[in-house]
Amino acid sequence: MPNIEIAGKQVEVDEDGYMINLEDWNKDIAVAMAKGDGVELSDSHWEIINFLRDYYQKYQIAPMIKILVKEVGKVMGPDKGNTKYLYELFPDGPAKQACRYAGLPKPTGCV
Amino acid sequence: MAKFSAKPDELAKIRYAPPETEWMETPVEFREHMFCHAAKPKDLETVEFPNAHEWSSKDEDWKLPANWEQTILQGMKDLLGKYRSFQLFMDICVRCGACADKCHFFIGSGDPKNMPVLRAELLRSVYRGNFTLAGKILRKLAGARELTVSVLKEWWYYFYQCTECRRCSVFCPYGIDTAEITMMGRELTNMIGLQLGWIGGPVANCYMKGNHLGLEPHTIKSSIEFFLDDIESITGIKIEPTFNRKGAEILFVTPSGDLFANPGTYTAMGYLMLFHELGLDYTWSTYASEGGNFGFFTSNEMAKRLNSKIYAEAKRLGVKWVLGGECGHMWRVINQYMDTWNGPADFMEVPKSPITGTVFDNAKSTKMVHIAEFTADLIKHNKLKLDPRRNDHLKVTFHDSCNTSRGMGLLEEPRYVIKSVCSHFYEMPENTIREKTFCCGSGTGLNASENMELRMRGGFPRANAVKYVHERHGVNMLANVCAIDRATLSASMDYWVPGVGVAGVHELVGNALIMKGEKERTQDLRLEPLPGKEGSE
Repeated sequence: MPNIEIAGKQVEVDEDGYMINLEDWNKDIAVAMAKGDGVELSDSHWEIINFLRDYYQKYQIAPMIKILVKEVGKVMGPDKGNTKYLYELFPDGPAKQACRYAGLPKPTGCV
Repeated sequence: MAKFSAKPDELAKIRYAPPETEWMETPVEFREHMFCHAAKPKDLETVEFPNAHEWSSKDEDWKLPANWEQTILQGMKDLLGKYRSFQLFMDICVRCGACADKCHFFIGSGDPKNMPVLRAELLRSVYRGNFTLAGKILRKLAGARELTVSVLKEWWYYFYQCTECRRCSVFCPYGIDTAEITMMGRELTNMIGLQLGWIGGPVANCYMKGNHLGLEPHTIKSSIEFFLDDIESITGIKIEPTFNRKGAEILFVTPSGDLFANPGTYTAMGYLMLFHELGLDYTWSTYASEGGNFGFFTSNEMAKRLNSKIYAEAKRLGVKWVLGGECGHMWRVINQYMDTWNGPADFMEVPKSPITGTVFDNAKSTKMVHIAEFTADLIKHNKLKLDPRRNDHLKVTFHDSCNTSRGMGLLEEPRYVIKSVCSHFYEMPENTIREKTFCCGSGTGLNASENMELRMRGGFPRANAVKYVHERHGVNMLANVCAIDRATLSASMDYWVPGVGVAGVHELVGNALIMKGEKERTQDLRLEPLPGKEGSE
């Protein structure tokens, strides 16, 4: 697997840019990855990224989008608990883009 | 890699003119978005697949093991000795061409090497050159050729552009099962460590954790609990299913996609509601937590190993029989292979519906019943209270999965169920359904994201038939009984026929099912307002 330099650190990633080793992750990496996509990470982005990381620690998989939506709705209010809001934050799809910033493996979803 | 961005009207312009050069003189060209990433070595090592190594099909050098030619030729010899079907299919094709235009990948790409006859010829030519007298002496005159790196690359490209759907076989006057040829081709690439990431990962997950997605037991439980919350808010009914319960009458096994990917999750809600309403004595398992079998896309031996987990769990729990969820290739494995791999499962009883008393003699050896048969039988015996009006916002058509239709003849049951729970049902054209159904375009482990052009091309014939009923009858829901379909058809509908959704049959059942003690429903299983109840919540 290729190594790329992100935030001054050599990081092993897969073909689609997802990190191979979760434990190599730090916040600077997320910021640098987002910057590469022209995204400035706001507190709202971080809410999602942190939730993804916590969920992954507990369940060893990225959450389903509907779990994410419900959880965001609970924490941040019903007007934000919808897929539209998540897509505004992560236009490439909250599952794919947010998981990549969070250092999670690429979501498989449907095999 | 640039994102796949071709517009549907560009992709629909398909060139059917073959190249100027003869096929053997036309080397394979790897086009972006038409093939998948290689498997990670650690995943292949998990299941002790040979020659796991780091490589990429985009590189010139595939870092093949030193003796790869001998490995393949010896492997081919072994497979020819082991499977009479393979020997027969290598010998008997008369190249009549009846299969040529029946393949969804050929129709969608115009690439002649996707004609099933020519795809098989990629392998047959090497077979002739090494295993037949005429081929050894007459070489190219007898259609024979050497095994070279270039030939191997061609195999890799085209054996992973076939979904083993077997539509071509329906039209073959000799009954050649072209899927079996692809399966052998894939076994051969697997012997030298060439495997897809999208297949290698799920196989390793299934081997280690019991399911393709790698869901841990507590993840499965939390996912189902999440569905139960939604069911309670829709119906007011609290459901308490059991997990890994010894002594249950029935073990229920479904694809893990139903537990973790939309729209399969709504299908899973339908199962839970139905079983609760029946008071069925059943259990989920977190060990045999996968109905599908991606091992089937690597080698028969691997498929056998993964299949055995379902039966080991049935034995451990002491169930009488197994009820299987909506899946495609799971049923080809069960119906056509399981019996000689891990069967007969004599430690169980011939499946008998505890509700109707119907004995499923068709499953007397495998002891596994498809849920569409089970539910059709319930409806036939008037055991369910149904309100099809709750699906009145849907105009439904049914996509026969390749494996349930051609692999087990399950044609009427899903239709009977759908027509009982929906008021508006329309069939797609006759030559695109039932045993002549078109593949979703992304089965057999090809439902990755990096090969999106291939998937959209392969999905084109099916989508075209959906488009026909969408325009003619306003069809807006494509029902099916397969987890891969639910994932892949969602993508191909968004691309080719926007406005058509995808649903498992038991989602529609769950909507229509009138449950004892339920509150007045205002939402469907997707938490969308029911017809006539808009604005009530």
